[in-house]
Amino acid sequence: MNLPNVRIDFLRQAEVAGRLRAALPATSVLSREEDTRPYECDGLSAYRQLPMIVALPANEQEVAAVLRICHELKVPVVARGAGTGLSGGALPMGDGVLLSLAKMKKIIAVDPLARIARVQPGVRNAAISEAADPYGLYYAPDPSSQIACTIGGNVAENSGGVHCLKYGLTVNNVLRVRGLTIEGEVVEFGAESLDTPGYDLLAAVIGSEGMLAVTTEVSVRLVPKPETARCIMASFDDVEKAGNAVADVIAAGIIPAGMEMMDQPATRAVEEFVHAGYDLAAAAILLCESDGTAEEVDEEIARMTAVLQQSGATGLRVSGSEAERLKFWAGRKAAFPAVGRISPDYYCMDGTIPRRSLGEILLFVAAMEKKYGLRCPNVFHAGDGNLHPLILFDANNPDELARTEAFAAEVLEKCVAVGGTITGEHGVGIEKINQMCMQFGAAELAVFRGLKAAFDEHGLLNPGKNIPTLHRCAEYGGMHVKGGSLSFPELPRF
Amino acid sequence: MIDDLIAGLAQAVRNAAAAKRALRLRGGGSKDFYGQSLDGDVLDTRGYAGIVEYDPTELVVTARCGTPLAELETALAEKKQMLACECPHFGAGSTLGGAVATGLSGPRRQAAGSVRDFVLGAKLMDGRGDVLNFGGRVMKNVAGYDVSRLLAGSLGTLGIILEVSLKTLPLPVASATISFELPEERAIQTLNQWGGKPLPVSASAWTDGQLRVRLCGAAAAVRAACETLGGERLADNAAAAYWRGVRDQTDAFFAQGDAPFALLWRLSLPSSTAPLNLSGESLIEWGGALRWLKSGADAVHIRAVVAKAGGHATLFRADDQARVAAGVFQPLPAAMLRIHRNLKAQFDPARIFNPGRMYANL
Repeated sequence: MNLPNVRIDFLRQAEVAGRLRAALPATSVLSREEDTRPYECDGLSAYRQLPMIVALPANEQEVAAVLRICHELKVPVVARGAGTGLSGGALPMGDGVLLSLAKMKKIIAVDPLARIARVQPGVRNAAISEAADPYGLYYAPDPSSQIACTIGGNVAENSGGVHCLKYGLTVNNVLRVRGLTIEGEVVEFGAESLDTPGYDLLAAVIGSEGMLAVTTEVSVRLVPKPETARCIMASFDDVEKAGNAVADVIAAGIIPAGMEMMDQPATRAVEEFVHAGYDLAAAAILLCESDGTAEEVDEEIARMTAVLQQSGATGLRVSGSEAERLKFWAGRKAAFPAVGRISPDYYCMDGTIPRRSLGEILLFVAAMEKKYGLRCPNVFHAGDGNLHPLILFDANNPDELARTEAFAAEVLEKCVAVGGTITGEHGVGIEKINQMCMQFGAAELAVFRGLKAAFDEHGLLNPGKNIPTLHRCAEYGGMHVKGGSLSFPELPRF
Repeated sequence: MIDDLIAGLAQAVRNAAAAKRALRLRGGGSKDFYGQSLDGDVLDTRGYAGIVEYDPTELVVTARCGTPLAELETALAEKKQMLACECPHFGAGSTLGGAVATGLSGPRRQAAGSVRDFVLGAKLMDGRGDVLNFGGRVMKNVAGYDVSRLLAGSLGTLGIILEVSLKTLPLPVASATISFELPEERAIQTLNQWGGKPLPVSASAWTDGQLRVRLCGAAAAVRAACETLGGERLADNAAAAYWRGVRDQTDAFFAQGDAPFALLWRLSLPSSTAPLNLSGESLIEWGGALRWLKSGADAVHIRAVVAKAGGHATLFRADDQARVAAGVFQPLPAAMLRIHRNLKAQFDPARIFNPGRMYANL
């Protein structure tokens, strides 16, 4: 995407850093290249840009001071948590301040009676559940990066996880976000009660990719830990049958705690790596988990077993112990690294589709594998229709890279065509900004820009991410309609 | 036909915008009592009705704003599904559009979530008469800002919510309602303690020393919970009627003769808040997080006590004079009000949709 590598303007850097150093401890403002280099990218390392300055505030007052100075001097600000995001949402700006919230990692309070944890934005997702554990409670959303990713980043991306069909996304589990506007004013979205007067701005802020406000504190809902959990591993001789089995389970009135699907290329890659005991002869496997009280789980496992048999499963295994359940999951959770072992590079897609289109999409992906001469194993949050096809390629081969980009664009376009979306949980960031032009028309994009302006008049918070300009869409559309057979010179080189 | 209806609505919106005349968006009118003031020419949304798409295996239903809530619920129940937020009807003709615009949820909210938690996508007509599509018909979607959820509870001030896609859930296999005699403080404490345990509590209501709790879920889980918790079990018919009465405020607590009680406050609080010692009678729902108060106490005092406890107070039912004097909704801090006004200006630049329904000057 021809990201111009912005050269740092050293006069400007000195001016802004000088002001920031007057407001923050000197060690909390970084501007030497060896200090700022670690912040040049997030989890999407294909995109890199050295930030002009990195600020490391330790509390809300310091964040406010940074924002006030940036607002006054019209310096763009990119907030960052742990930097694990997969769409380049925390990609710095060469003329901006990278605002790291990593120092703000206090768990302020856990209220076991009201079942609420109040934490600073730099607290890791898993740390919240660890703090709630002594009370038999936990924080439900569990993105795969949960040991590293922060709640501030989860709020920015509306992160999901493997349990969101039953337990919801970040937006369903966060009660309150306290933050600062670009002017440095305190704003509270939501509350520790269940609703607030006025518009539900909490819903707008969650998933806004740091473009509306900077989060300084979050109150999350804690839920009781299920007494027990068991998992069924079902084999199918046909991917479409496996997809239909997912619909059958839901039609039977069951909402599994987790429902994941992997196709044969994915199970083969994984099995070699973690030895999860997957059925390698199966065209696809389904993992269906039930959690709750022992009685509930027994009842649900029996019902799911009956449905899966009816749907044509060629084999069924129910975890007999916690160790076995974790082994079933180990394979699914290791899917990305396992694929990383069998290919120099892979490109992970994140489309969501209505589940009934699963067969159609998988056939489409298979056709694209042939068309572009690239392999593409599929892992899939089957319960909520969120696909992660992984295109295998070698970035050192420019032709393969071009084919990968065209492949991915066609698949995402197909997701939109069947009524789905270009991103289910990874966010738009910088990575999918062109595909936004496929999903939304000019009028909707104008509303998005208006919504941003309602919070951030001068467009200083994380500009250039998430919402494309019409100009960008016009350029992209012009190239795009030619039908995927050309390489996209403005797409990333990674 | 449907396109003609859209064209008709768009024309009405453009005419109103050109003439700077307010439009009062209205479905069945069952919630006319709710909000600060009703201004403008009525724009009836009931013609734009019908279920657009419903595939139970997708757990998604898409319907037009004029669809009667009762019709939608019946269609879902035929497939053993429901809108889990249990939207109040407050009258026979209530529509989906009104349910989403008010954003109000019923007894199951404490367990399942509110209307906005179930909104997946929406089609909106803005103040220019343009039709916009946000969100979608899939469970997970993080492309762009979540405008469709923002519309839930916006009281029709941002535009005409033409069509909504909602997540549906299966009807629970089993349910049971049990009742206990408990004073207010103990009831609040007990409900919060139960909330921290893996119990299938789907609704709760305390009033006048009596706590009723509805359990819903797998048959085995409901049976086990009944045994653990004890209490007196209500007959299934009586239980269903009771929860409907709480949802729609036809229960005796909410009545004054044949009419709804004239002065009713809605207090939204952190669930574990101790009794507030405000004068008047209360009915407590949502495990302690929602408290209905029949009280003539001074509005400023009520708001101050509730705000100190971390909540907010809405003058839910009152006559015009009381609404004007006290203001229906808790006032917003300056920074929030500025964002509200900016948003309103973006969606509805001529300020024609339900002006003043939420706040004066919005």
